[in-house]
Amino acid sequence: MAHSEVEIVLVEDNSADLELTLYALRQSHLVNNIHIARDGAEALDFLFCQGQYAERAFLLPRLILLDLKLPKVDGLEVLQAIRNDERTKLIPVVVLTSSKEQKDIVGSYQLHVNSYIQKPVDFDQFRQTIQQLGLYWLVVNQTPFSS
Amino acid sequence: MRFRIQNHSIAAELTWMNLLVSASALLLACAAFAAYDLIMLRESMVRVLSIQAQIIGANSVSAMLFNDPHSAESSLAALKAGPNIIKAEIYTPDGLPFAGYFRGHRRKTGPLPKIPAGQTEAHWFKNKELIVVRRINFQGKPAETVLMESDLRQINNRLKRYAAVVFFIVVACLAAVFLMSSFMRRSIAEPLLRLADTASIVSRDKDYSVRASQVDRYNELAILVKSFNEMLDQIQERDAALKSAHAELELRVQERTRQLAGANKELEAFSYSVSHDLRAPLRQIDGFSNILVNDYGRHLDAEALRYLNLIRNGARKMGQLVDDLLNMGRIGRQELTRRPTDLNPLLQSVLQDMQPELEGRQIEWRIGALPTLECDPGLVRVVFVNLLSNAVKYTRRKESALIEVGQAAHGGEVVLFVRDNGAGFDQKYAHKLFGVFQRLHRADDFEGTGVGLATVQRIIHKHGGRIWAEARVNEGAAFFFTLETVRHGAQSRALDEAAV
Repeated sequence: MAHSEVEIVLVEDNSADLELTLYALRQSHLVNNIHIARDGAEALDFLFCQGQYAERAFLLPRLILLDLKLPKVDGLEVLQAIRNDERTKLIPVVVLTSSKEQKDIVGSYQLHVNSYIQKPVDFDQFRQTIQQLGLYWLVVNQTPFSS
Repeated sequence: MRFRIQNHSIAAELTWMNLLVSASALLLACAAFAAYDLIMLRESMVRVLSIQAQIIGANSVSAMLFNDPHSAESSLAALKAGPNIIKAEIYTPDGLPFAGYFRGHRRKTGPLPKIPAGQTEAHWFKNKELIVVRRINFQGKPAETVLMESDLRQINNRLKRYAAVVFFIVVACLAAVFLMSSFMRRSIAEPLLRLADTASIVSRDKDYSVRASQVDRYNELAILVKSFNEMLDQIQERDAALKSAHAELELRVQERTRQLAGANKELEAFSYSVSHDLRAPLRQIDGFSNILVNDYGRHLDAEALRYLNLIRNGARKMGQLVDDLLNMGRIGRQELTRRPTDLNPLLQSVLQDMQPELEGRQIEWRIGALPTLECDPGLVRVVFVNLLSNAVKYTRRKESALIEVGQAAHGGEVVLFVRDNGAGFDQKYAHKLFGVFQRLHRADDFEGTGVGLATVQRIIHKHGGRIWAEARVNEGAAFFFTLETVRHGAQSRALDEAAV
């Protein structure tokens, strides 16, 4: 399953959380190509081929995993930017966050997020969640983009 | 300030009183004077008539002695001059008519009335006439008796004149009194009317700034007006004080409300931060411990693995605590929205959701009929979830678990209960049951964070109800609660009847 395209864009600022998420993703054997953005600005730069990624050829990822509390540009702002642009409007975005607050959930859905997942504290559950997530969005779910 | 002088009751009353008093006084006085005068008149009439009788007697004695009635009658004829004389008769000493004068030439003679013994003369008023009879003596011997009869026209005329004069006097005086009255009543009725007017203005408009105008003279009216004005002063003062106290209270309430809202907002922010920031490190503790076990487990001995497990347990427990605390906080801040709620389907729905927990458990359920109550369905659901979870949890060690849910009438209140026959607790520690993080069992025996019952109590108290528990160690526990203050009890019973 070696693709030159990017399959998942993972936006996460916390290094420890990042490591755990990557570990879980790798364990599920579903994904090889992951791009990591450490904050909202970097994520947007990458997606829209601007700033430090100006050289990059524009390619749509199959899934964006988005944390909400990010430095520079906040998760919800990133989501809004993604949804506001014609090119990226249809990319599946899954919010992956610690928060279970109503205002975060409602806010995300109002910006047309595809799914909202609270990261479980228990690592076994976390692993299972990531595996189910990957399986669903990358294998089971049909994207509007031909691949 | 307007006032009207109408023919109001007080003014009219004063005038009538004056007229009545004056008229009575006048009439009494006039009557007294008239009576006196008439009495005097009668006496003088008698005297005049008596004198006339003596004159006639003296003139006619010789005629009597010489037995000459004609000459007696011609001297009698002079009486024509007195229009009031009806007749005059001379009688012989034997009492026989001798001569007479009769007004109008109608001879009407009659018997001689007797003079009482010892008296020379007598008179009578009868039949609208005055009769005077006198014995005339000549040289010490009775010579004749003279009878004079007069009508009372003098008296009558006098009476008529009196009536006319009295009438005019009374009318004139009453007119004068009436005029004086309208001056006098100014000093009494006017101030009263003004006072009454002012009072009715104050009462109608609730305007406490008006004052009654003062009276010139210093009398009871002036005192009344002064007191009235002083009362208004006090009322105005109190009214103003009340208004300002009210305004101050409003300000204070607003201030408190603002402070409360601020405190609540701070709490919200705090909860959000806790929910987000505490979970990440916990996840990491658990995650990396897990990775250690997975990837390096073969390098570690049993003891190391045990330690790692303990680390994971600690993290997981803390995560649970954080969730429970946040939940409790959210419920505490939540607004209560009461609705008439049928508790039976609500209970069934809770049991349905609990199916996973009940997997592989042998439990006998005794569910009684539950009422429909005014309560918040979401929060009451939490109550049942907690109480039933506890019941299920603490009957785990019993072979045949029995859980009952129902309602009991408790002194007119609707009391709901959840009873189990599980581990129970020592009633001695019952007061600790509902404390946050307080547990009456060791975590080894029965897991739990000790927040469930605290949350339940919070919800019950929000509804204005009470919750208490009774238990015996190893024989089970029963939790009783109400969802309303007694005041609403009647309402809920009415709803019960309506629901059936």
